[in-house]
Amino acid sequence: MSTTTATPTKLWSGGKSPFNVEYGKLMMWYFLMSDAFTFGAFLISYGTIRFSSNGWPDPNEVFKSFPFAPEGVNAPLVFVSIMTFILIISSVTMVLAVHAGHNMDKKGVIKYMIWTIIGGAAFLGCQAWEWTHLYHEGAWWGSNPFLNHDGTASSTNFTNYFFTITGFHGFHVFSGVIINIIMLIMAMNNSFEKRGHYLMIEKAGLYWHFVDLVWVFVFTCFYLI
Amino acid sequence: MSHVAETQAAGVVAVHHDDHAHHEHHEHHETFITKYIFSQDHKMIAKQFLITGMFWAVLGGLMSVLFRFQLGYPEDAYPWLETILGKWAKGGRITPEAYYALVTTHGTVLVFFVLTAGLSGTFANFLIPLQVGARDMASPFLNMLSYWFFFIASIVMLSSLFVETGPFSGGWTAYPPLSALGDASPGSKTGMDLWIISMALFVVSSLLGGLNYIATILNMRTKGMSMTRLPLTIWALFFTAVLGVLSFPVLLSGFILLIFDRNFGTSFYLSDIFVNGVGALPNEGGSAILFQHLFWFLGHPEVYIILLPAMGMVSEILSVNSRKPIFGYIAMVGSLFAIAILAFLVWAHHMFVTGLNPLLGSIFVLLTLLIAVPSAIKVFNWLTTLWRGSIHFTPGMLFAIGFVSLFISGGLTGIWLGNSAIDIHLHDTYFVIAHFHIVMGVASMFGMFAGIYHWYPKMYGRYMNNTLGYMHFWITIAGAYMIFWPMHYEGLAGMPRRYYDYSIWESFKQFAELNRFISTVAMIVFAAQLLFLINFFYSIFKGRKVTSLNPWGSNTLEWTTPIRPGHGNWPGEIPEVHRWPYDYGKDGKEFIAQTTPVGEDESHH
Repeated sequence: MSTTTATPTKLWSGGKSPFNVEYGKLMMWYFLMSDAFTFGAFLISYGTIRFSSNGWPDPNEVFKSFPFAPEGVNAPLVFVSIMTFILIISSVTMVLAVHAGHNMDKKGVIKYMIWTIIGGAAFLGCQAWEWTHLYHEGAWWGSNPFLNHDGTASSTNFTNYFFTITGFHGFHVFSGVIINIIMLIMAMNNSFEKRGHYLMIEKAGLYWHFVDLVWVFVFTCFYLI
Repeated sequence: MSHVAETQAAGVVAVHHDDHAHHEHHEHHETFITKYIFSQDHKMIAKQFLITGMFWAVLGGLMSVLFRFQLGYPEDAYPWLETILGKWAKGGRITPEAYYALVTTHGTVLVFFVLTAGLSGTFANFLIPLQVGARDMASPFLNMLSYWFFFIASIVMLSSLFVETGPFSGGWTAYPPLSALGDASPGSKTGMDLWIISMALFVVSSLLGGLNYIATILNMRTKGMSMTRLPLTIWALFFTAVLGVLSFPVLLSGFILLIFDRNFGTSFYLSDIFVNGVGALPNEGGSAILFQHLFWFLGHPEVYIILLPAMGMVSEILSVNSRKPIFGYIAMVGSLFAIAILAFLVWAHHMFVTGLNPLLGSIFVLLTLLIAVPSAIKVFNWLTTLWRGSIHFTPGMLFAIGFVSLFISGGLTGIWLGNSAIDIHLHDTYFVIAHFHIVMGVASMFGMFAGIYHWYPKMYGRYMNNTLGYMHFWITIAGAYMIFWPMHYEGLAGMPRRYYDYSIWESFKQFAELNRFISTVAMIVFAAQLLFLINFFYSIFKGRKVTSLNPWGSNTLEWTTPIRPGHGNWPGEIPEVHRWPYDYGKDGKEFIAQTTPVGEDESHH
């Protein structure tokens, strides 16, 4: 620990935060644990149902199209890889925004928050395109046009889980973008300058990284396995 | 992270505490609305939770009286029932639909609204800042939101009682397909929509509250209040909050899938199914058992969310009124921790007869029976705390002792039910009803009553009437045993729960008289709760005034505040803590408050 705090044994003796964080960050960490259980429950449910099904569609067959590409293009997982890349890059820009906040660099915060928001919005745009495309192929909650690996008819639970879980994740990204926009406005209005710290950016950052991390799991479960 | 970040965070913490220190300098100019309605004072929010919980307790209790009417007097018609229930009691007999709706709403309301919001909502809010030595919760605003989400959830649930097709009636566990198919029963229609909305709002309320409780306990303890100097109430409320924060989200996931099944044509929980009058449904591939897993992953921790606050308060009240230190403080904390961990690992013991793999079942048997260890540690510690104490039999103390009695009686039958082989016979019988009502329902109600009687002087600056309190206690404990003890016999004889009318079953006709007896006692006990209500509300305005700061001679910090503490709790500095909260009868002193510095020649405890 740094020299500014007492020895570790005194950290828990009251009168200060044992983790050296203010309450908001602590609440954010606990909230993220809670939210991890929400996603965990979804993904485990998905896993059990998929495991007990006779077959499952091949993601390389389902997710092979690309915007503006000719009909029948075979580009398996290319588009979703780009989506994933965008989201991860937005995490990087978020790190840079938090770092700029530590240095009380208002311009840097604004610049990188704008990039993060653009990244989040681009991811949502990609997801909207993919959903629309799948919808036009006949996929939706309760309807699944795709066949299993072995060519037999597939249960609707493939699309049911896909839309529910990626939708729930997309909702998280959406709320993250809203939070980031609020953070941006507050940064531009000098709210953080007046407070003397950019801690709010850090907390928004925690949420944003969490949403990215969840996507890694969602991506793995639906597109790779 | 950088050095800069840490120093910055430390600076922020300091700023934060300074913020709170400012409270002493100016009086709040509060209007009626900011003081009583949209209050951000944890003590007022606690009272809001308490009174809303009491409203639900009366309503939920009344529902049980109504369905006990059906069970006790299945042949008779009572025109007054039609007068109050209308079409739900045509000809003076409660209809089957109404019966199931009453049972379901009784369960939901008592478990979530009374014993979760009403119990931990009240006492976490009231006691955490007062006993850890904080001006208020970490975030008073989120705390206020927590109450108002609960309030809206209450309104939605209440409104479900008045829809044409009736409230949800598929049992408080809301298993599909009854909960997933609108066509399955009248209560599965609008009533279920409202039920699920209400419960989702309740999850949000619980999350906001829980995050606040955790952050306050970890971050806002006063100087000297190390974790091992926390009163056991706070430890219990801490574990309760952690359980809630980690288990309610899983229920929320389960509900979201349920909403899709209900409204958007999915088959998460539905498989090939045929509904009478509708025909075969197109669903395939889903699993109704999946919902049970998601539900009980919350549902079992929920039992401890209900029970732990009661355990914590009882520990505190037993120690104060025995004038003895709590026996085995660290063992008490350790057993709370063990219970909190095990709470997440036993959910499938609710599902032994679902076709669960027997090997998996045997693992859950082992984990379930392990809970007996920390539970027994707690029970023995309570008994040894009482042992040779100079006991003050206040009403709060009586209810605390009653809690221990009920916890033992109900806990022992848990050992039966935790065995998957015995559970095949006992599952879904009145034995289960007897078990969980005694160990979790009534015991936690006793914990809640103990807390109310004990901390009432701090809440309202007045005492409740002792005579009414004693009457309330004795009628309730005798009644609780008379209601639930006979149910063990009925359950052992195989009498299933949730049946509408047992008189048409040859095997259960023998219990007609016993059922009538249970129903009669239930009415008497319900009436006795009115004594409590009268006592509670009368005493707010006319009760004997508290004249000393520390009427029970207690060590904890809440008794160092003024008799009627304002927003901010302590008018001056927050007191510093020098010792654990259980120095009773030490070195010839009756009690030594936590704020007293340790003397030079003091013996070690």
